[in-house]
Amino acid sequence: MIVTTEKLTKRYGDRAVVDEVSLSVRRGEVYGFLGPNGAGKTTTIRMLLGLVKPTSGTARVLGETPGTPKALLKVGSLIEGPGFYPYLSGRDNLRVHAARRGVHKTHVEAALEQVDLVGAANEKFRRYSLGMKQRLGVAAALLGEPELLILDEPTNGLDPAGMADMRDLVRALAAQGQTVLLSSHVLGEVEEICDRVGVISQGRLVAESTVEQLRGDTVLLIRADPIEKAHVLIEGSSLHGDVLHVRETDAGALVRALVHADVDVQEVRPLRRTLEEVFFEMTGAA
Amino acid sequence: MGSVKAELLRLWKWPATWVLIGVWLVMTLTFGYLFNYLALNGGTNTRDLSQQQLISSMQPENVGAAVVRGLPMFGGAIILVLAALAVGSGYGWGTWKTTLTAGPRRVSAMAGTLGALAIIVVILVALTLFVNLGAAITVASVEGWDWSWPGVGVFEALGASLLIAAMWTGFGVFLGVVTKGPALAVGLGLMWAIVTENLLRGVGSLLGPVEDLTKVLPGGSAGNLAGAVGGSGAPGVLTDLSGTTAALFLVGHVVVFVGVATLLKVRRDLV
Repeated sequence: MIVTTEKLTKRYGDRAVVDEVSLSVRRGEVYGFLGPNGAGKTTTIRMLLGLVKPTSGTARVLGETPGTPKALLKVGSLIEGPGFYPYLSGRDNLRVHAARRGVHKTHVEAALEQVDLVGAANEKFRRYSLGMKQRLGVAAALLGEPELLILDEPTNGLDPAGMADMRDLVRALAAQGQTVLLSSHVLGEVEEICDRVGVISQGRLVAESTVEQLRGDTVLLIRADPIEKAHVLIEGSSLHGDVLHVRETDAGALVRALVHADVDVQEVRPLRRTLEEVFFEMTGAA
Repeated sequence: MGSVKAELLRLWKWPATWVLIGVWLVMTLTFGYLFNYLALNGGTNTRDLSQQQLISSMQPENVGAAVVRGLPMFGGAIILVLAALAVGSGYGWGTWKTTLTAGPRRVSAMAGTLGALAIIVVILVALTLFVNLGAAITVASVEGWDWSWPGVGVFEALGASLLIAAMWTGFGVFLGVVTKGPALAVGLGLMWAIVTENLLRGVGSLLGPVEDLTKVLPGGSAGNLAGAVGGSGAPGVLTDLSGTTAALFLVGHVVVFVGVATLLKVRRDLV
């Protein structure tokens, strides 16, 4: 495991912003940390980076205590938007960051290339578009070849093209074997990119599994006539208006049984819950 | 070392650093030489300054005093603004977050900022010395005065200048960390350096204990040290304490400001 937390909790007064969160991120995976705004994602991530001290519970990042130089030097991060000096160029900002990380400045050019910012490297950071700022943040996170990349809402505020660029970038990094912890409230993003997902709601981790497992079993939708007869014939089916829902994977056998019983089968198709539906169920968001 | 290098790189390329240093150099030349020179040559009212005093204040051998006399108030205010901006801006820009997740321990990151600010302040004091010396030599040459190079006393004045500058730097850093932003830090700092201590000195003439207190406050200690090493004729310069006592109080202020700021930086959550 690259990241593990055990009952990690952060309280501000009586309010638990993060409440006994136990999660684990495996080496080489893209882990989606999913939750509505204010669910506790950023506070959890800040605790993993040592920016915020937990009230109770423990966390280990690459086997180290969060926030220690040993841990931080193996982690690259972009937390709630990039924090750079507006009067410095992108290149100089990375040079400053490289000096802090103890990375030789020659690595700066490689990082700029990786995020496709070489052409704009000499422009002042304040003149960058939001997408360029985010990419520079990723470049800074990549300095020093970290074992773990933590990206907190990396597509926040980006236009659709910028979001697609950022997703492509994360996918490319994942393809190279980079472990990524990506927090987001954009379900499609998590569904597209992530191997496993942790869902956090009101400070509590309500689920942690693969996207497939979260969506649950496939349900077959069957439209048939007469529907009542089909409902009686198929054990465990549930009637939803004029269609049946059946937890069954062998659609062929079902259709044969219905046809043998003189039931007209009009439509059979898999009905899968989207991650969005699962998410709304779990978080109570609407 | 990485933290100092990083901070120095960003402070060096920060326009605010050079604007503030430039403003200070213009001020020190204007008030230290230009106005005195104009007063000497055709000024109708030199108030309580005799011609000999004006000439003496512009002599190259007295350049040490010229450097130190401006620092207890106006020079100090500029240094305080520079330090408060350097530290406070990091909260608004989010660069503290980037710094503290880059790898160094918090105490190392803070030491990097303090180290880089110290280097900038040494440069500011050195530039003040060279610019003042240049102006003094120019005036002396133009006027045809006999002049001599500064004696070893200039090192005492420079040491005092650096200690005063260190105190104002520490004060600025302290305010930047406490207020977690540049605007309030600069506002409070300027008010303290230019207004509050002067008001307290006014009250001090009515209340003995307050008068005693004002002598050892940051500006008071700085003024007394400047006065003890020959600085005179500038706002904020005092002669109530010995140089040693004033220096000890200044060291105490530096320790408290830097110590509290570092402690807060290390212990406080960065949200």
